[in-house]
Amino acid sequence: MTLATGMKGTAVRARFTVTGIVQGVGFRPFVHGVATGLGLAGSVGNDAAGVVVEVEGAAADVDALEAALRERAPALAAVETVTRTALPATGAVGFTIAPSDPSAPGPRTLVSADTAPCAACLAELTDPADRRFRHPFVNCTNCGPRLSIVCDVPYDRATTTMARFAMCPACAAEYHDPRDRRFHAQPVCCPDCGPTVRLDGVAEDALDRAVQRLAAGEILAVKGLGGYHLAVRADHEAGVARLRAAKHREDKPFALLAGDLAVADGLVRLDPVAREVLAGRRRPIVLRPRRAGAAVAAAVAPRTAELGVMLPPTPLHHLLAADLGRPLVLTSGNSSEEPIAHRDDDAAERLAPLVDGFLTHDRAIRTRVDDSVVRVARGRVVPVRRARGYAPEPVPLGFRVLRPVLACGAEQKVTITLAAGRRAFPSSHIGDLENLATLRAFTDAIEHLGRLFAITPEVVAHDLHPQYRSTSYALGRDDLEPVAVQHHHAHVASCLAEHGWGPDDGPALGVAYDGTGWGPDGTVWGGELLLASLCAARRVGHLQTVGLPGGAAAVRAPWRMAAAWLGAEGRDLAVAGRHRDRWDAVTTLAGASATLATSSAGRLFDAVAALVGVRDTTTYEGQAAVELEQRVDPDEHTAYPVGPARDGVVPVGDLVAAVADDVRAGVDPGRIAARFHHGLADATVRAVVPAAAAHGVGTAVLSGGVFVNQVLTERVRAGLEAAGLRVLTHERVPCTDAGISLGQAAVAACGGRPVAPGEGEGS
Amino acid sequence: LAHGAGGKATRTLVEAVFVDAFRNPVLEQLEDGAAVSVGGARLAFTTDSFVVSPLFFPGGDIGDLAVNGTVNDLAMCGARPLHLSVGVILEEGFPVADLQRIAASMARAAAAAGVEIVTGDTKVVRRGQADGCFLTTAGIGVRERDVTLGAATVRPGDAVLVSGPIGDHGVTVMLARGELDIEADVVSDTAPMHGLAAALLDAAGDGARVLRDATRGGVATILNEIAGAAGVGVVVDEAAVPVREEVLGASELLGIDPLYVACEGRLVAVVDAARAAAALAALRAHPLGAGAALIGHVADDPPGLVLLRTAFGGTRIVDLLVGDPLPRIC
Ligand SMILES: [Fe+3]
Ligand SMILES: [Mg+2]
Ligand SMILES: [Zn+2]
Ligand SMILES: [Zn+2]
Repeated sequence: MTLATGMKGTAVRARFTVTGIVQGVGFRPFVHGVATGLGLAGSVGNDAAGVVVEVEGAAADVDALEAALRERAPALAAVETVTRTALPATGAVGFTIAPSDPSAPGPRTLVSADTAPCAACLAELTDPADRRFRHPFVNCTNCGPRLSIVCDVPYDRATTTMARFAMCPACAAEYHDPRDRRFHAQPVCCPDCGPTVRLDGVAEDALDRAVQRLAAGEILAVKGLGGYHLAVRADHEAGVARLRAAKHREDKPFALLAGDLAVADGLVRLDPVAREVLAGRRRPIVLRPRRAGAAVAAAVAPRTAELGVMLPPTPLHHLLAADLGRPLVLTSGNSSEEPIAHRDDDAAERLAPLVDGFLTHDRAIRTRVDDSVVRVARGRVVPVRRARGYAPEPVPLGFRVLRPVLACGAEQKVTITLAAGRRAFPSSHIGDLENLATLRAFTDAIEHLGRLFAITPEVVAHDLHPQYRSTSYALGRDDLEPVAVQHHHAHVASCLAEHGWGPDDGPALGVAYDGTGWGPDGTVWGGELLLASLCAARRVGHLQTVGLPGGAAAVRAPWRMAAAWLGAEGRDLAVAGRHRDRWDAVTTLAGASATLATSSAGRLFDAVAALVGVRDTTTYEGQAAVELEQRVDPDEHTAYPVGPARDGVVPVGDLVAAVADDVRAGVDPGRIAARFHHGLADATVRAVVPAAAAHGVGTAVLSGGVFVNQVLTERVRAGLEAAGLRVLTHERVPCTDAGISLGQAAVAACGGRPVAPGEGEGS
Repeated sequence: LAHGAGGKATRTLVEAVFVDAFRNPVLEQLEDGAAVSVGGARLAFTTDSFVVSPLFFPGGDIGDLAVNGTVNDLAMCGARPLHLSVGVILEEGFPVADLQRIAASMARAAAAAGVEIVTGDTKVVRRGQADGCFLTTAGIGVRERDVTLGAATVRPGDAVLVSGPIGDHGVTVMLARGELDIEADVVSDTAPMHGLAAALLDAAGDGARVLRDATRGGVATILNEIAGAAGVGVVVDEAAVPVREEVLGASELLGIDPLYVACEGRLVAVVDAARAAAALAALRAHPLGAGAALIGHVADDPPGLVLLRTAFGGTRIVDLLVGDPLPRIC
């Protein structure tokens, strides 16, 4: 080795400091392998900041190692920076892995996300000769449970829920061998020393018996990575209908577990991007157009053109799906509205009335982690729910946070975000704060993530809405300085933040279309054009307002929005006929002085959905808009015209009137849905382009829950890009209220000035 | 300023300004009235101002509202109401006929409650400086029973009772404003509750913890105040809360939650669970308590919060609201 080095020239020595997610992900074995392969001497070890590598050898080989650090890191690593320092050569020989120093101070390991089994582990799972053949808990440094089992830091077996399982000699040998794929894989185990699967308390043949009972149409509670699921054969009409009744879930589609890509392909139409994300290590539920004739029960996803499909997120699910040989409904283990059950005692109590049996195991889940959901449309992966496989990965920020921030999110689909240094850590999906269990998960997440990431906040960011429980929580934190962030500013800022915006970057033209958010003028915002930076925002336009008759009641009853928009003039329409007894009362209520006005884009979709007969009342958030989008006739290309914006107000009443006219004329609902989508998109482009020009802005941002809608998003994007604007949409956090906490954190970190109501406002 | 609708905003205002300025142990309990002793006599003393629009509504008007409101505040202290005062602020131009109607109504209400209006004062302010007619009543009563009532005495396991269907008054007044063109067969529940309270206290004996009349902010606000003051949880069973069909229908239409709607003749009582059946029977035996119900219980967890068990077995947090309810859902 020394001779070889000598022949290539003088030895050089360098130290590399690598930061990011580089601990607990097999980084040191990886460096060991690369360095010894290149014939370099030196060492690799963890320290407070990340991984430190010192190598000595030929200059070209040291350069090759640097390149490998930057470009070839292990699957679960996320390298943020690699810093190189030149050192004098010492003539060292050999390469060593330095042990971790658990007493090292300062920021530590970034806990990584729970990850689906890697190819090597899957090969072992299905190899009869392997000692982990059919072991439901096979994992290695490249895969397996992480966030869901971590109890404390530093990340070590003793601080996970695997602590109670003592490694057998064979596993211990792998765990301690720097060249092994399982070197310091904290959850490592095998059939001899790992957790045990039980069906209704009995371990013997648990999986086989579970598969038989599923095959017979029974509903089982199945303990997964981050919580319990409810499973039933997807093609079993009676079983799925029974599950729906038991969950009190009326319409919201159930997700499906497919054993492999071929099975998934029989359920939904896949494209290369969808295949990649389906089979990727994060394993989200992927929403795609369903195939005609997909063999699923009617009750799986009533009246929707899309299905949500995932591939097995754990070895246990691999075995279940493979043995059963057909898709399963795999829905979160809860009754409607409640958080997913993750503790065994709680699950046994809450889920017993819903299921025929329990397939469970004795590896505890420390943190509830829901399934993630993405939509794949036109080759883009659109985040819908960010949880398992993604959380708690940080969002790198384009600036340094000087005072650590806790951001509390909104009210529904709540996440919290902790931000410090150049990173923001959005939590996993928590849920709607109206439940005590969810509120407790919210406070637990704040405390647990703060400890895991060693972030002690000084500032607490919250929504402007005085009645959100997250606001009450924030204002109750007497130890933190509160910063109120307007809802739609937070939406736009969340998108700016994930695209690397900083406090010195000028404003963008933000389009924030969502359901409802409290405006600084005492009206309900939701169709906003904001001139927004991370530091400040000003309303420069909005959708025409209308009364929100009955407040929250109007949100649950889209027909009320039709009544609000059309009033007495809508009496002849079918929707008015269906609500004859209350139509006039609701139209008066919409115009009453005490009734709040709203510029909400979501409520506009509601009105149109009710008008065309798609949906009069909803049972889950955004349902009317989702179903309206799915009705869009792809062959219809025209758009309803909308008059020019006056004083920044986009007269979307024109759209409602045009829809009503076409309904009266008997035009097909799919064509009406298309013309409406196109009309709103075109009106948005017509409002944004001049506003951007007037303020000298070259970037537009699309955020807010309405932009889950890809028909709208893509037409707005195309229109704005055609006008020369750069368009930013969400790639890391959802555009829904799940992204609010990231935006709040970014705004609060930048000083958080209140939103200016803007020009042309009658407030 | 959102300080009108009862609930948290009013509470915050009161605590920030008045409790701070007047600080004394009696006031700091923030009960409906004050329990005081004068020369050995155990008295209850209270005052209340009344602003309501419209002044006349089905089932009552501002006059009987003002008498019953003060009678009820005394009754909730476990006292027998005796004497009332009234302060009147009139807007210039207020019709004399309306004033006579209000006075007659007050007289009838006082007679029905067995109290006398023994002193008063009237001021007329310029047009626009008041909205028609404002009334302030104060009252004293005598505490003849040897019971200590107050939210601080509430403990886990106690039962929560309500004396009848909730929300009648508030919904009646909202509809009487006439802006909404909604008809509903519902009248205000305004009534003097000292007899009802006495019946309950007789039955509950030393098991009575606290009585409140569920006026502004409704039952939800009362229960939050009790949970906060006692450091306990209150768990309410949604299906057990009595609400009239008409009130439910109008509330649904208006998008309001009856739990937050004002009553003027309904009390909330917390009693020892062992005495709950007797207390409930006593309420139901009284003409004003025919629709009484046991709606929930007190728990040690979660401290300070009110939970509603919904029909599906879920639990929803019932907040103390800041101002009028705003839509929180997206
Ligand atoms: Fe939103
Ligand atoms: Mg009072
Ligand atoms: Zn693996
Ligand atoms: Zn083992």
